[in-house]
Amino acid sequence: MSKRTLAVVGAGMVAHRLVEALVERGATTEWDIEVFGEESRPPYDRVALTSFFTLRDPDELLLGDRGLWRTTGVRLHRSSPVDAIDPAAGTLTTHGRRVRYDAAVLATGSSATVPPVRGADAEGCFVYRTVDDVAELRAWVNERSGRAGGRPARGVVVGGGLLGLEAAGALTQLGAETTVVELSDRLMPLQVDAGGGEALRRLVEELEVRVLTGTASTEVVTGRNGRVKALRTDGPTLDTDVVVFATGVRPRDELARAAGLEVHERGGVLADEACRTSAEGVYVIGEAAHVAGRTWGLVGPGYAMAEVVADRLLGGDARFEGADPSTKLKLLGVDVASFGDAFGRTDGSLEVVYSDPVAGLYKKLVMSDDASELLGGVLIGDASAYTSLRPMVGRPLGVDPTAWLLPDGVEPPGSGDLPDDAVVCSCNNVAAGQIRSAVCDAGCTDLAGVKACSRAGTSCGSCVPLVKRLMDAELEAAGVTIDRGLCEHFSVTRAELYEIVRITGLTRFSEIIGRHGTGHGCDICRPVVASILASLGRGHVLDDENAALQDTNDHVMANLQKDGTYSVVPRIPGGEITPDGLIAIGEVARAFGLYTKITGGQRIDLFGARIEQLPQIWERLVDAGFESGHAYGKALRTVKSCVGSTWCRYGVQDSVGLAIALELRYRGLRSPHKIKLGVSGCARECAEARSKDIGVIASEKGWNLYVGGNGGFTPRHAQLFAEDLTTEELVRTIDRILQYYVRTADRLQRTAPWLEEVGIEHVREVVLEDSLGIGAELDAMMARHVEGYEDEWAATLRDPAKLAVFASYVNAPGTADPDLAYLEERGQRRPAGPVLVAGPSIPVGKP
Amino acid sequence: MSTTWQPVCPLDALVPDRGAAALVTGPGGEPAQVALFRLSSGDLHAVGHRDPFSGANVIARGLVGSAGEVPVVISPLHKQAFDLRSGAALDDPEVSLGTWDVRVVDGQVEVRAR
Ligand SMILES: Cc1cc2nc3c(=O)[nH]c(=O)nc-3n(C[C@H](O)[C@H](O)[C@H](O)COP(=O)(O)OP(=O)(O)OC[C@H]3O[C@@H](n4cnc5c(N)ncnc54)[C@H](O)[C@@H]3O)c2cc1C
Repeated sequence: MSKRTLAVVGAGMVAHRLVEALVERGATTEWDIEVFGEESRPPYDRVALTSFFTLRDPDELLLGDRGLWRTTGVRLHRSSPVDAIDPAAGTLTTHGRRVRYDAAVLATGSSATVPPVRGADAEGCFVYRTVDDVAELRAWVNERSGRAGGRPARGVVVGGGLLGLEAAGALTQLGAETTVVELSDRLMPLQVDAGGGEALRRLVEELEVRVLTGTASTEVVTGRNGRVKALRTDGPTLDTDVVVFATGVRPRDELARAAGLEVHERGGVLADEACRTSAEGVYVIGEAAHVAGRTWGLVGPGYAMAEVVADRLLGGDARFEGADPSTKLKLLGVDVASFGDAFGRTDGSLEVVYSDPVAGLYKKLVMSDDASELLGGVLIGDASAYTSLRPMVGRPLGVDPTAWLLPDGVEPPGSGDLPDDAVVCSCNNVAAGQIRSAVCDAGCTDLAGVKACSRAGTSCGSCVPLVKRLMDAELEAAGVTIDRGLCEHFSVTRAELYEIVRITGLTRFSEIIGRHGTGHGCDICRPVVASILASLGRGHVLDDENAALQDTNDHVMANLQKDGTYSVVPRIPGGEITPDGLIAIGEVARAFGLYTKITGGQRIDLFGARIEQLPQIWERLVDAGFESGHAYGKALRTVKSCVGSTWCRYGVQDSVGLAIALELRYRGLRSPHKIKLGVSGCARECAEARSKDIGVIASEKGWNLYVGGNGGFTPRHAQLFAEDLTTEELVRTIDRILQYYVRTADRLQRTAPWLEEVGIEHVREVVLEDSLGIGAELDAMMARHVEGYEDEWAATLRDPAKLAVFASYVNAPGTADPDLAYLEERGQRRPAGPVLVAGPSIPVGKP
Repeated sequence: MSTTWQPVCPLDALVPDRGAAALVTGPGGEPAQVALFRLSSGDLHAVGHRDPFSGANVIARGLVGSAGEVPVVISPLHKQAFDLRSGAALDDPEVSLGTWDVRVVDGQVEVRAR
């Protein structure tokens, strides 16, 4: 059977999901999938459009695995607008070329509407829908700010809904003084009620965004150059350099209209529950569709439609019967959530409201007439209850509703009793039952597995905490004890053990294991206890009994290599080193015959040091002013930097100076895993700071802080944590993040998985808002660390008793291991053991 | 022959729960390396210093501990655990460090090839 052709018109978010679903279900054996997109980019995450300003590379917005577009049987045609479709002939036209199809899916999305305001097409007027829109807006605002001679650019956003607040966020990020003009009497009139709108206004105004509600825009006034000068309204006239229209969207149904397909009078291609349009073989999905009685301006319902059409194309009978229009957003840093019957339109419904204008909180639950069943709600300022509440809509709440509303009122009741059909992930329409079945039928035992298997939590991620709770409950019920214990000797987690040691003040392994564990320990718990004791500032790593806790690297303060010798890495803070320093290292290497290599962390690794040589090597390094680089420890490694404003013509801040200061501050800090930092002096990011646990990137106004990056087996980009910090704010924020990580992370858990587990939002609250009230304690711990730091190598050399550990043989302390053998390669020594490379040599040119 | 007792070091030179390597003579008169462990329980063990998985002489630098009731040393290179009493790798009993007899005479540790 020859393959049929599926034409997808539009390459946006929903088209992406359609193709993903089809490929996953093996549809490419039956279908050739041709995707035509008008934009020049592959599908990207439009929901996260505003993060464009903080990303270095718009490609970071791209959705999913890019390999999708290289799948055999899938073709993406970018910059290929479809100009016409002819359902009777089964063809469509792009770039004047006709393409035949057997089935077509319209996924053309919406366009931003511009209200009928005079002058709305002037230069300096924008909409907010695509990466190109945003890029142009940025260029315009930057250019204006440059010209105004120091005066910040001014911006007006017309429309105070979701999009308008997104756009206002964008303008403030660009440094513009921003005003939002909204026709209705409150912000986000579609999602929140009057009380919520008021709370939102206060929160938004605190961010220095001016808000004018109940105000109609009447005319864009232009200067002689044709550019925007002011916006006239029925209230004040606002001087401005830029106007962004965010008044709504309109489904892009123009192709369908021209082809004679049925469309709804208010826009949207009409479709039945299978997302079939009035034309044979043509489907419609996403924002372009008018289905189940309305259009759907959110990505979740669009994804549900994509799954329905994928199923239908493969002969299934899935139906789209409406979706949950609940939303949880963070706009300008403010939590906004609205779900179910948010406006209390159900007959006899009761409203329970909690409002704290000072704290900027507004929370409302809509209950059935007997106050038992949850119907909907609005949460402003703190939407943490959203994930737990939303799936309960239409069900008894179990507890007194007020318990949900009070700040720190209750730990949300167990999610274990959530019914199987309660939708937990509304983006991907995953119900509690599917998550349970991912655990008990598909055998997933961790969050990553459950996410991959059920798709829950893979889009906006807001339901991840709930997914995790469901998973844990299910695992427990299945008798899988979720053994988070450290090892066979300790049934507590690393974080719990940390708390035990911190509170009890114990300092000896034998006491700790005697009281809180069993047996004699192992290579897991011994180093963990050593690290906890070191984090808590309890003594030198080689002190008495605790010396037996360190694995060999920590024990001899060097890195074991495959032949039993060690490598030595002196600290080179920020990667800055004097010529004399380089020469000193070179001389040590030459004197001891060490192989030298530059590391990825901007320092020098010296290989082939025998255990008995380590003190002599360090004697010379310490004399030359070097100290331990802790390359052997679960500790701060390096703070990589670019040369920054010291020399670079693009640098906007002194990245080297900051990197050195940070490295000297955190050197020696023991932690659950290694920690790496990076500092870049401008947005070009030459220090690759976003691949570090803590990344700092200079902005015009200060420093942007990123957290949770790493290279290695599962590379991760660090996520933006806070922006435009002063150096002082930056250091305090990093202090707290690191101390909180040290305190709560699991053994060998780097910052990325830690953040995923505890949630970046939670860490922000703890660190920036001191939600747990431990800020001062974390600060004090870091102060103690800084105060108590001493170079382990210098301390060891001063204390002859400690040098015994470097004896190669107890009966021949200075004798070299007679079995060591070396070869020479490229002018240096390397172990003579087998080299594990095969294949022909690679020809190279003459020098 | 070398199946006689060879003095190695004073008992006090061994730090509890930490290994120490020693150069000795093997059963055929060849040079050999042994790893000595004095556990906090008071037990003394002598096994081969060479890690059979990597060929490097590193066993004395491994961490000691227990796996259930078994006293073990864990190779610092690739983390295999060995039974200190028999020398056998826990996950692969075919592989062994080899063991030596060990005793203390007048505060001196002595070993003997088996
Ligand atoms: C700033 C912003 C924030 C948002 N925040 C949220 C949020 O928090 N939560 C939420 O659920 N939703 C949010 N949305 C809405 C969400 O982005 C949309 O619901 C979603 O993108 C719809 O997907 P789609 O594929 O239907 O349309 P789109 O993603 O718009 O994709 C349609 C694509 O089709 C292309 N196209 C159109 N006509 C043609 C043609 N004739 N030929 C070829 N290509 C064509 C368009 O260029 C476009 O690339 C937000 C939107 C914006 C702009």
